Amino acid sequence: MLAYIGRRALLAVFTVWAISVLSFVIIQLPPGDYVTSYIAQMASTGSVVSEEEAQALRIQYGLGQPIYVQYAKWMRQVMAGNFGMSMEWRRPVTEVIGERLWMTVIVSVAALLLTWALALPIGIYSAVRQYSAGDYAATFVGFIGLAVPNFLLALVILYLGFVLFNAHVGGLFSPELQDAPWSVARVWDLLAHLPIPALILGLAGTAQQIRIMRANLLDELRKPYVVTARSKGLSEWRVILKYPVRVALNPFASTIGYTLPYIVSGSIIVSLVLGLPTVGPLLLKALIAQDMFLAGTIVLLLGVMTVVGTLISDILLVWIDPRIRIEET
Amino acid sequence: MAGPDVALEPAGRPLRETAVAAADAREQRIFVASQWQLMWWRFRKHRLAVLSGFVVAGFYMVVLGADFLAYADPDVSEAQRSLMPPQRVYWFDGRSFGPYVYAVTGARDPQTFKRVYRPDPTQKIPIRFFAEGFEYHLFGFIPTTRHLIGVDGGLDASRTIFLLGTDVQGRDLWSRLMYGTRISLTIGLFGVTVSLVLGVVLGGLSGFYGGVTDTVIQRMIEILRSIPTIPLWMGLAAALPREWTVLQVYFAITIIISLLGWTELARVVRGRFLAMREEDFVVSARLVGCSRTRTIFVHMVPSFMSHIIAATTLALPAMIISETALSFLGLGLRPPAISWGVLLQQAQNVQTVAISPWLMIPAVPVIVAVMAFNFLGDGLRDAADPYGR
Repeated sequence: MLAYIGRRALLAVFTVWAISVLSFVIIQLPPGDYVTSYIAQMASTGSVVSEEEAQALRIQYGLGQPIYVQYAKWMRQVMAGNFGMSMEWRRPVTEVIGERLWMTVIVSVAALLLTWALALPIGIYSAVRQYSAGDYAATFVGFIGLAVPNFLLALVILYLGFVLFNAHVGGLFSPELQDAPWSVARVWDLLAHLPIPALILGLAGTAQQIRIMRANLLDELRKPYVVTARSKGLSEWRVILKYPVRVALNPFASTIGYTLPYIVSGSIIVSLVLGLPTVGPLLLKALIAQDMFLAGTIVLLLGVMTVVGTLISDILLVWIDPRIRIEET
Repeated sequence: MAGPDVALEPAGRPLRETAVAAADAREQRIFVASQWQLMWWRFRKHRLAVLSGFVVAGFYMVVLGADFLAYADPDVSEAQRSLMPPQRVYWFDGRSFGPYVYAVTGARDPQTFKRVYRPDPTQKIPIRFFAEGFEYHLFGFIPTTRHLIGVDGGLDASRTIFLLGTDVQGRDLWSRLMYGTRISLTIGLFGVTVSLVLGVVLGGLSGFYGGVTDTVIQRMIEILRSIPTIPLWMGLAAALPREWTVLQVYFAITIIISLLGWTELARVVRGRFLAMREEDFVVSARLVGCSRTRTIFVHMVPSFMSHIIAATTLALPAMIISETALSFLGLGLRPPAISWGVLLQQAQNVQTVAISPWLMIPAVPVIVAVMAFNFLGDGLRDAADPYGR
């Protein structure tokens, strides 16, 4: 078991490294280096960067040295928690991202939880009442969920909210609490706004989980131990929930690794449509303004966040499924 | 489910004998059928997949004949007809079939400063089939001016039809949608081809050699799959130089999308290779002394071609969605290129959409295409292995 977790952790480290390289590539891609664009940026607002200051910046980031040296220097800065300056905002990147990263985490986790909360009962129902009207309805909604890109879904829901209820369903806070300090009212407001973005982000995942849950449970229900349990006189619900569902539950944990990146990815673009205060809109703005330290940092942090989430799910899986524990010893 | 079912009937001896004979004949047919024939029989049973096949074929007809189906130049803008709603088509003129629309007069509302359009019932504009319109090259080489529909005397500011309305710049949405279909679907096709090459090569290496190669490639796939792709795509796409031409951006976007999209294809190919490596016919091919290349390409690849086709079909929707998403954000294709995502860019703002809901129409082909490819791919995947189950 420890070997298994160790191996997953090692893979996670590799993944983080790959993401850091990719983020660095993104930072490096635009023409010119950081200092030339910084000088241009300052010049456009009327201030002048002195020659010494430019030189100091060049040394700090190792510009002009081989690319791997620059990468190493950047990594050292990142390890120390210094992600560089955002040119657009003239503030350290960490300050600009700040709360928005947590909002991204909250929205993503909410979407993941909602996915389970919906997929579990619907999946069980679909399997137990196979080919019933409800099963067909679930399958149909599932196909829609898989086929409609989530940002289009967001657009349609926003439009319907606007036309039918004359309400703006986007955002994570009411306007009056937008910039208020944290309080019970604000947390409550956040919780009230969460379901719609969570549903939009989680729909595709939910559709998939329902199909997996249904298929797995159908396989389990045909096994002899179910017949045994039933013949011993257990109530039907007890038979289903106590044994087959527990076995069929497995993929819920094991697919987080694929669901989470998908949700985080989706949150970027859905946030733009719904106007959520996550890192999504910030990333787009940064990329358009070529504010590369900010953009690269967001890509890096999103990646790391996803990897950590996946690692947690791996550990969870070991805890849920004894077969993995035994296999890996 | 493979092929016709063997009949089971309880009653009557004579009936049973004829039924057995009939079943025998059917079985005979199955035994002598080629693999592709078996697949076709099985695919045919999946009605939704067959229907989706027609839908997909229809989409590619639009790709081929976009200029013929469009009736207005997609780039001609006219401020006088900005954000015009779809015009209603009247199919019967009196009692005879003769579709027409009413001419539309636009005026600015003095209070809201919005342009409002009113149909003018005194002026009928008949719709003609195979009408004259702007000049283009059919299939890229036949110069012609004929279009599926149009109006007499060509289009001018006063005599126009706008089946799906116009956008902010007064360009005809229907015609733009036709051209957008061409770009969105071909970008998916090119993207999937690049992914396919990557997937087959890497998946093949992984499955055929196994060992260290396999481990390295598998870990690579795992890493790629655990990274959120949209931020990465955005980062890469944003770095494309502003001065690049439409064509350059088109190919760059295709490559960016396919660089991260090959993992699923590689997984399928590897799985097939692993399953097949120990099959008798592969072993005998090796024993007879076939070279590795020959074993792979002459004996192994044809036998899982169907799986590759199915996996490719299933990979297409993701490509289409990626392009649409990137262009929607303004990081993918840029105007004057027209794609579904570029068209949807105008629908980003709720206020605009609430006033002009027809701007959301380009979402319909996206959803229909994605669904059709998914169903078709599902059907192909089920049919890909006609001996299974």
